[in-house]
Amino acid sequence: MSDSTANTPDARKPEPLDHFVSQAPFDAQAATLLTPEQEKYYLSSQWRLMWLKFRRHKLALWSGIYLILVYASILISEVIAPYSFTHRHTDFIYAPPQEVRLFHDGSFIGPYVYPYDVKLNMEELRWDYTEDTSNPQKLRFLCTSDDYAGSTYEFWGLFESNFHLVCPAAGGQFFFLGTDRLGRDIQSRIIQGARISLTVGLIGVTISFVLGITLGGMAGYFGGMVDWCVQRVIEVIRSFPSLPLWMALSAAMPVNWSPIVVFLGITVILGLLDWPGLARAVRSKLLALREEDFAVAAQLMGATPTRIIGKHLLPSFTSHLIASVTLAVPSMILGETALSFLGLGLKPPITSWGVLLNEAQNFNAVALYPWLLWPAAPVILVVLAFQFLGDGLRDAADPYK
Amino acid sequence: MLDYIIRRLLVMIPTLLIISILVFIIIQLPPGDYLTTLIQEYQDRGEQIGEEVLAFYRENYGFGEPMWKQYLLWMKGILLEGNLGYSFEYELPVADVVGDRMFLTILVSFVTIIFVYIVAFPIGVYSAVNQYSPGDYALTLVGFIGLATPNFLLALVLMYLANQWTGASIGGLVDDELRDAPMSWEKFVSVLQHLWVPVIVIGTSGTAGMIRRLRANLLDELHKQYVVTARAKGVSPRKTLFKYPLRMALNPFIADIGNILPEIISGSAIVSIVLSLETTGPMLLRALETQDMYLAGSFLMVLALLTVLGNLLSDLALAVLDPRIRLGAEATK
Repeated sequence: MSDSTANTPDARKPEPLDHFVSQAPFDAQAATLLTPEQEKYYLSSQWRLMWLKFRRHKLALWSGIYLILVYASILISEVIAPYSFTHRHTDFIYAPPQEVRLFHDGSFIGPYVYPYDVKLNMEELRWDYTEDTSNPQKLRFLCTSDDYAGSTYEFWGLFESNFHLVCPAAGGQFFFLGTDRLGRDIQSRIIQGARISLTVGLIGVTISFVLGITLGGMAGYFGGMVDWCVQRVIEVIRSFPSLPLWMALSAAMPVNWSPIVVFLGITVILGLLDWPGLARAVRSKLLALREEDFAVAAQLMGATPTRIIGKHLLPSFTSHLIASVTLAVPSMILGETALSFLGLGLKPPITSWGVLLNEAQNFNAVALYPWLLWPAAPVILVVLAFQFLGDGLRDAADPYK
Repeated sequence: MLDYIIRRLLVMIPTLLIISILVFIIIQLPPGDYLTTLIQEYQDRGEQIGEEVLAFYRENYGFGEPMWKQYLLWMKGILLEGNLGYSFEYELPVADVVGDRMFLTILVSFVTIIFVYIVAFPIGVYSAVNQYSPGDYALTLVGFIGLATPNFLLALVLMYLANQWTGASIGGLVDDELRDAPMSWEKFVSVLQHLWVPVIVIGTSGTAGMIRRLRANLLDELHKQYVVTARAKGVSPRKTLFKYPLRMALNPFIADIGNILPEIISGSAIVSIVLSLETTGPMLLRALETQDMYLAGSFLMVLALLTVLGNLLSDLALAVLDPRIRLGAEATK
């Protein structure tokens, strides 16, 4: 009804409604036709949908990018670090971090540091470092030079090189995060430690993933005795407080094992004890899914259990699995850090963040040289990034959100 | 209900048996045993260990016997005489060495759980009710950092800061002069005064996790239809929150004891090493290093027992408190 009729005094008398006839040609498909945006959304694959949803989660996206960068960096750790991580600068024991400055005497000269004057303080038996502000030393970038101590490294232990992204000036120093008790550059050691600390997480999670899917899958699919046994094992493993158990197992590793075997041993220990959570998730999903028609159909057609589980059942919640695996990586990294910190895990000459933090266990050293705590920063950052990434993935994998 | 409790207790027996076997295997894993360490020590000092001492050890602890015999000997001691074994390092029965430390461990864990609940509850509710508010974001960020920071690092940093600001050490769990004194009221008060640092340090990650779970659960409940109905009918906001959704969301508080307890016990192990608390952690580390096998084994065993008991308690509490859990009704599949 139009406004004009409603305002006339004699409004009670009904008038016929305006009759509208669309002149546009009739399209029988109109109701089912999708706009291009809708089409893009409805016809995308499950993975594409996940990506579309994930992309909106900015924090998770940036965490993912950060993690990719960090993991890429372990391929070329030696190049990124300004020094070889084992080189001992015997003249610079416990040198504090050097500040990078841009302006000298009011004029811009690019990133530079002031060199250190070292004096031995005989009263407190420590080195005193003062900056020589008259002599700025410009940093060099993308340099191939061996005119400063500790520039030569072995790339992955394969060949020698002295190409670095950043180098100190000829004969100068650049201890961005200070040096430790043997005069080794902490920044270089942190960059190098990433290689071990980050791979522990990946290998450990792979072990736990394989175990969790196999055992959880078997328990969920077959049920009965298998289920009961797996359940008991899960219960037993979960009854142990993880850290004391890790401690006991790593203490059981013979001392004469080579560092690389110890490294593998630690990862296996971390992986072997982490799978119950995943197995539980897989089991409960499979318990429900194996009753679905498509699973029964596959069974009637004579598919083997392995095929049904791997080909039909698992793919329906792979995205969830990936999310939970992402959330499991940090606990591995933290586990390795904790063990090495206690001196039960990796040991020098292998360098990981936990091994670096082991030096910070001596509290008196930390009180005097707080920069020994720097290796904690990458641990926290990486773990945070994994948490955000995992959260984002989980939200993206949830079809109901 | 009684039926359920009995069944639940019976299930614990095989679990504990398997745990004890595992513990025994683990403490036997390092090559050599305490006897070889002892003989080595005597040889290093240029002395000869007395044959009767060796015979005593062999006879009482079955050194040199096959592993299953040693295990049975150990279990026999525990089950029949309540004797956890003998600590070679301290030359005392394990129970005497462990006693005080176990009590302190339980005390620290218990207070930490209370701390986790008290802190997590209001924050979790606030975060859920004011979802996406600046306060929620800030608390979520703090929570994430709490989850990401290994608690031994937190302990180190706190110790460093306390040292910088006050010059005092915050390590230890009692005053120095009371350290070796027997348990008394005075010592207890001193413990309480020192307790807050480890409790905060150990509790952080548990609190952060608990806040996130409570928030997620409460958010799920808040979006359900009965809440919408209540709101539409004009029930006061306070009542719409506290009367139903909050009660539903509280389940993880109880169910999670089983998850939180192992977490707190492992957390406290490493934190107490950093803060040099007189709990089980440092002693376990030492026992593992010196292959003081019965001491290490007893620690592992008792810690696992604590966890199993915690799980039992949380299951029972949940069965009592949540009417949706029907005992005896088997799951259909």
